Amino acid sequence: MPFYVSPEQQMKDKADYARKGIARGRSVVVLQYEDGILFVADNPSRALHKISEIYDRIAFAAVGKYNEFENLRLGGVRYADVNGYQYDRRDVTARGLANVYAQSLGTIFTETNKPYEVELVVAEVGESAELDQIYRLTFDGSVADEHGFLAMGGQADAVSQALKERFGEGLPLAEALRVAVRSLEAQDSERRLEARSLEVAVLDRHREHRLFRRLAEARVSALLSEEPGAASVEDEVEDGGEGSPES
Amino acid sequence: MASQDALGGRLPGLFGSPDTSSFTEFLGAYAPDALPGRRVLPQGAVGVEEIPHATTIVAVTFPGGVVMAGDRRATAGHVIAQRDIEKVFRADEFSAIAIAGTAGIGLELMRLFQVELEHYEKREGRTLSIEGKANRLASMVRGNLGMAMQGLAVVPLFAGYDEVEDRGRIFSYDPAGGRYEEREFHTIGSGSPFARGSLKKLFRADLSAEDAALVCVQALYDAADDDSATGGPDLTRGIFPVVASVTADGYRRLGEDEVGALARSVVEGRYEAPGGPTAPLR
Repeated sequence: MPFYVSPEQQMKDKADYARKGIARGRSVVVLQYEDGILFVADNPSRALHKISEIYDRIAFAAVGKYNEFENLRLGGVRYADVNGYQYDRRDVTARGLANVYAQSLGTIFTETNKPYEVELVVAEVGESAELDQIYRLTFDGSVADEHGFLAMGGQADAVSQALKERFGEGLPLAEALRVAVRSLEAQDSERRLEARSLEVAVLDRHREHRLFRRLAEARVSALLSEEPGAASVEDEVEDGGEGSPES
Repeated sequence: MASQDALGGRLPGLFGSPDTSSFTEFLGAYAPDALPGRRVLPQGAVGVEEIPHATTIVAVTFPGGVVMAGDRRATAGHVIAQRDIEKVFRADEFSAIAIAGTAGIGLELMRLFQVELEHYEKREGRTLSIEGKANRLASMVRGNLGMAMQGLAVVPLFAGYDEVEDRGRIFSYDPAGGRYEEREFHTIGSGSPFARGSLKKLFRADLSAEDAALVCVQALYDAADDDSATGGPDLTRGIFPVVASVTADGYRRLGEDEVGALARSVVEGRYEAPGGPTAPLR
């Protein structure tokens, strides 16, 4: 015999379920830096990405259940490519994509028994830092427009707090990366993160055409070992020779 | 548009289905009319020769890469439809595509191919092998067969850098989707018989990248010399061929100044010898 469950209770149960699922995973940090937007994930896998390219100026980062956010990512790539092909490349925007994701997640949350256990960021790098757009989407389809920095995933609150203490506007890449990594270490007092266990990518507004680029392990460890306050001239030189965006 | 389903939410159902990483296949299911080959031409369509046609393309390999070049003329019947059309494009980081035949369909095919490669790369997290790219293009050309039979044929030329074998490779196509790998050099379009003769005499296995570009510009000059649909270098307006090279460093379109200098030197040379450089007789 079915029991009556009030809608409030039903929604609350679903939300708790989704939150618990997300809290089990490791965290991802997104922050603005001097040349664009930096994404850092505590993710030792080289093949299962939490951070990906969607379009010329747009990237995607997610935490939670892999098959669920991967499904959303693949759909997002299709959405972007179809719109870019039928209209123009400039007509693909993070705002449009965030709306589509919000609708999807909202529908799934209210209409199915099992909500998606995911949290997403859709970010678009602009011509200048003021024009950068960072949208954060939660499992129930809520959208928040973020500025500066954000953390999501397991211990997101602790990481956010650590970020808040360290973050500054317009940091050079090496420094922004250090801030992100130190903040991710706040997940757990014992945690020490090395380049090997990090997934790092940027949307660099000074690149051409496709602005998304993954930073290889060697590059990440070089950046992390740079002396704080050292000249950032080195970055520019190294940036030239890293091969294709997906390398 | 496809109906919404529970899992896809507001993304129409097809967006969520994981079945293919091919953009063309997806678009064919989602918006069939958006594919160039799917349109139905009215019976007894006349006047197709009045639709702009793109003409001559040449490609030349050299150790470590390949150079591709195209003239700038589009013709509609006996009229020059455009004198600065571009027919050589970046396909992805390590390949280039050029088109000859019906310009409108060719440009659409080229754009579709660019998205096809990028789409695959983003979804799968790896790039297609050069053969994989060439095969995808073949099936896209094949999709246009119906239009080709009615006079709207388009034929691409595909060239890329093979990272595994460290060399440039060229693939040509026929309107039925046949794919042929070419050795050393190739040319397509209305001026190709003349460009081919020129390439045959000028090609050497040990060309440098600069010399390969020069060979291309010479061959295009020879094509323009004898084919009315191919445009030569336009010194008065500063319109020169589009020349692009693909090497281990990726795709690079040569700057206007570089091509301008090459084209001027070719034209200068022709004042002395209108037939161009001669090959040794023995």
